[in-house]
Amino acid sequence: MKTLILRDLKLAFRSGSGFGLGLAFYVVLVTIYPLALGNDPVIISKTAPATLWIGALLAMLLSFDRVFSLDAEDGSLDLLLTSNLAPVSVVFAKLTTLWLTSGLPLVVGAPVLSVILGYPAGGWLIPTLTVGTIGLAALGTFGASLVHSIKRGALILPILVLPLAVPSVIFGTLALHRAADGGDVLSAFAILTGVTLATVALVPLAAARALSSA
Amino acid sequence: MTLLVADHLSVGRSGQPVLSGLRFALDAGEVLFLKGPNGAGKTTLLRSLAGLLPVLSGTLTLGGGILFSGHADGIKAQLTVRENLMFCAGLQGEFDVRDALETWNLSALADRLVADLSAGQRRRTGLARLSLSNAEVWLLDEPTSSLDDASVHLFESVLADHCARGGAAIIATHLPIAAPRHRVLALETRTKADVDLEALW
Repeated sequence: MKTLILRDLKLAFRSGSGFGLGLAFYVVLVTIYPLALGNDPVIISKTAPATLWIGALLAMLLSFDRVFSLDAEDGSLDLLLTSNLAPVSVVFAKLTTLWLTSGLPLVVGAPVLSVILGYPAGGWLIPTLTVGTIGLAALGTFGASLVHSIKRGALILPILVLPLAVPSVIFGTLALHRAADGGDVLSAFAILTGVTLATVALVPLAAARALSSA
Repeated sequence: MTLLVADHLSVGRSGQPVLSGLRFALDAGEVLFLKGPNGAGKTTLLRSLAGLLPVLSGTLTLGGGILFSGHADGIKAQLTVRENLMFCAGLQGEFDVRDALETWNLSALADRLVADLSAGQRRRTGLARLSLSNAEVWLLDEPTSSLDDASVHLFESVLADHCARGGAAIIATHLPIAAPRHRVLALETRTKADVDLEALW
């Protein structure tokens, strides 16, 4: 499994699109959004949790499609599924790489972007987005496993994945809203963590099944 | 020793049977060639034997590890030849790829990116993992396409070594490949009909 993670990280570095792309998209999106909201710092700061979360969701969506489709195209997926690795381990390795290449850069970038938006409780951004993006990466891996054998699967992937992301978005933004207002952050954060843990526990099983029956 | 037994096996795509009633066994040291026109079900059968497609009915018994190599080489264009082989070796906990590079005449190309190689050189890189694997049963789909004569001989000698060590292979091919002990399963006329190889041989 470590071998696969290291190879995929190397591929992400080599192809140049792995780490930078999602973060660049996130920065652009979060900077454009306040322009659409008008010149009101109060509204921009109040809607910052939504901006940061929806931005992260869309930025991650960019890389979901590639999780399995590239390997399916060049035959590597056949190699992986017929190797000594269990399909569940393949999925888990892919999930790990997906988060490291597309989730982690957003978590690192978000505190800087929160300053631009005038969001006051930047300290809570890193834990909520870390937990949140891990859950989103798991959902993305699941979606990718369902569509990897379909041509143009990238088009239906967002429709499959976005509705499943609703709980994470609700409790992730709730935690950030409460952090800004001085409310009870922990209960929202606990539910967000629960959602992520459940997703990460169930997704590899479902995705492994989808991969081996395609 | 019998490494693979298929009993009344039906295989197909999307639930539609392509071949049904297949009965055959593969012994250690033996090569089974699958021949037949396009669409006869060679690739479908190989993928089903490899577990990449669900078997529709019948039973498949494996007596050893399998190695599957399909139309695509399963190698990454952005990695070098050595990195690709290191990855395949690493999957089974091994890290020495020098012998495989040597065997497949790839030592001079070891640090070139696969993207810069010719089709034949890529195929050789893909086949080099045969030398890294300890799987008994090789399932190969057109392994010698785009190989030159010298490389085909290379492949034949690696295959002969594998069989001498007690391995076996099922190979779908249109091109002639020399193998010590072999049988041919011709799929053309019996598509969708019962094939009883044991009765034929």
